[in-house]
Amino acid sequence: MSYFVNEKGYYGDFGGAYIPEMLYPNVEELRQNYLKIIEDESFQKEFHQLLKDYVGRPSPLYLAKRLSKKYNANIFLKREDLNHTGAHKINNTIGQILLAERLGKKRIIAETGAGQHGVATATVCALRGLECVVYMGEVDIKRQAPNVARMKMLGAKVVPATSGSKTLKDATNEAMRDWINNPVDTHYIIGSVVGPHPYPDMVAIFQSIISEETKKQLIEQTGNDQPDYVLACVGGGSNAMGMFYHFIEDEKVKLIAVEAGGKGIDSGFSAATTALGKEGVLHGSRSILMQTPDGQVVEPHSVSAGLDYPGIGPQHAHLFKTGRGLYVSITDDESLQAGLLLTQMEGIIPAIESAHALAYLEKMTFTGKENVVVCLSGRGDKDMDTYMKYFNL
Amino acid sequence: MNRLQQLFQEKKNILSIYYTAGYPNLGDTLAIAEELEKSGANLLEIGFPYSDPVADGPIIQASSKQALDNGMDLKLLFQQLKDLRKTVSIPVLLMGYVNPVLQFGVENFCKACAEVGVDGCIVPDLPMVEYERLYQPVFAKYGLSNIFLITPQTAADRIQKIDSLSNGFIYLLSSSATTGQNLQVSNHTEAYFSRIADLKLKNPTMIGFGISSKETFDKACEYANGAIIGSAFVKALDTSNLKGSIETFMQNFKQD
Repeated sequence: MSYFVNEKGYYGDFGGAYIPEMLYPNVEELRQNYLKIIEDESFQKEFHQLLKDYVGRPSPLYLAKRLSKKYNANIFLKREDLNHTGAHKINNTIGQILLAERLGKKRIIAETGAGQHGVATATVCALRGLECVVYMGEVDIKRQAPNVARMKMLGAKVVPATSGSKTLKDATNEAMRDWINNPVDTHYIIGSVVGPHPYPDMVAIFQSIISEETKKQLIEQTGNDQPDYVLACVGGGSNAMGMFYHFIEDEKVKLIAVEAGGKGIDSGFSAATTALGKEGVLHGSRSILMQTPDGQVVEPHSVSAGLDYPGIGPQHAHLFKTGRGLYVSITDDESLQAGLLLTQMEGIIPAIESAHALAYLEKMTFTGKENVVVCLSGRGDKDMDTYMKYFNL
Repeated sequence: MNRLQQLFQEKKNILSIYYTAGYPNLGDTLAIAEELEKSGANLLEIGFPYSDPVADGPIIQASSKQALDNGMDLKLLFQQLKDLRKTVSIPVLLMGYVNPVLQFGVENFCKACAEVGVDGCIVPDLPMVEYERLYQPVFAKYGLSNIFLITPQTAADRIQKIDSLSNGFIYLLSSSATTGQNLQVSNHTEAYFSRIADLKLKNPTMIGFGISSKETFDKACEYANGAIIGSAFVKALDTSNLKGSIETFMQNFKQD
């Protein structure tokens, strides 16, 4: 069985390009060119140079000794939190900005929830001198003020999405509308492994640097590039896909994707897509999404703005349906406690997104021999307000 | 031959009106259809609302949200249209996004359309390749037309493919844009309309997006078999005087 995209843009039953005709030429232009461009030697050279000198890669693979002792396993943290701009998002935006340049685009648009992808996009636009417009839900603009300020300082125009729930999914709709209205000069940098083909594949390729490095680092540190488990949080699922990518076809490596359970799966305030969702079409691809019986998209809830999305990428839907990946969920409370635990045991304040992945370690049992890699997708600076309120700091 | 195909055989300068089912009030769907026919519309496009309508501009999006808040869904829409053909004789299309159709079930959807007398559908985010692979036989079984969109950016070979798969008309977007913007007939647009006319497609064409006045309607009719008005009509609907607002709006389009 293949876990990767086929020539028609599908992962098993999922994927495709469900887009109105107005977007067809843009998406088709990308589809016809993305692999040619990415595989080109000069692109690879420039991409890797920037990842090394600008982003600060390779990010360390850190054996968390105190955490390992607590859980009775070798717990490795893939430190995406140490990247420039504070999360894995920059891997993808560096790749896409180089691609946009090669396609001759002059203007960049993006959507953002927590602001991490918006900051990463504004950063690469500043780096390359391109115009940048970031759509962000009005509600998220209020709750992520420092990231909004960062984007503005970097020269981006932040446009509030005022429709629907005024959060990430509405920002995504607004960005798509912008793209429809500006089909020739604009490239849309989607921030996760969602959207019409080829976005899920393209973003996964850019994020696959995470697992590529992890394999090398595991050999250096353990003599074996095959961990027993890899864990990552999933909203749309880009850090998870990057963390899984080079392990997907090695079925001995168990893949664990941790979704945001919010206040509990049955509470009505959750973003646990695989538990609550059904197959359908959202934002241009067939996947699994939270929806009413009538096919209207349901508002998700999570304490972490980055996981607050009602769908998952189509490749995740395929890994879930085929059983290749284990899809679980962690509540808001469990994730915040796990964030505090990492802070106090290892001196690392994680993003609340990443803390979801860490929290699942509590639910696993180990024999003391297992090698476990957790993707620490981002740092917690942006979440200090939430941590402060929750722990009365 | 269905009502739609017959219309294009018999008439020129076809005026099609789009409106959203369940807006402004949940129970207005059929009343608006009846009033539009009386006031001179030749074809109706009834939109079924979706929570995340990427191709729509703010006016139609807001009407969809209101309709959803009012409680509209596909099941209810088909109930409301149960007696459509007792009072409405012009062709009727349903227009909306693919996810509600998938959840309703494509076969169920087509069957329900045929039962109430709907003649065809416009589903802008249903890819042509998917339609051809999976749904064309179902649409054919129930005698439904599927309407595809083309834009100034659609390549000639793709237009030919769309023409070969179409059996009603082709929806010519006046520009690559979301709904609700004014038609600007520039040299560029004229060249695009003429290019399409020169292709001698087997299907008739209707121009949509940006048609808001008699002037823009007439201009569009120079290049196509008719035109579609959406946002301008939805905007003109007045909850407190629905019938009057429809009459007044349609007065503008009376032939001289």
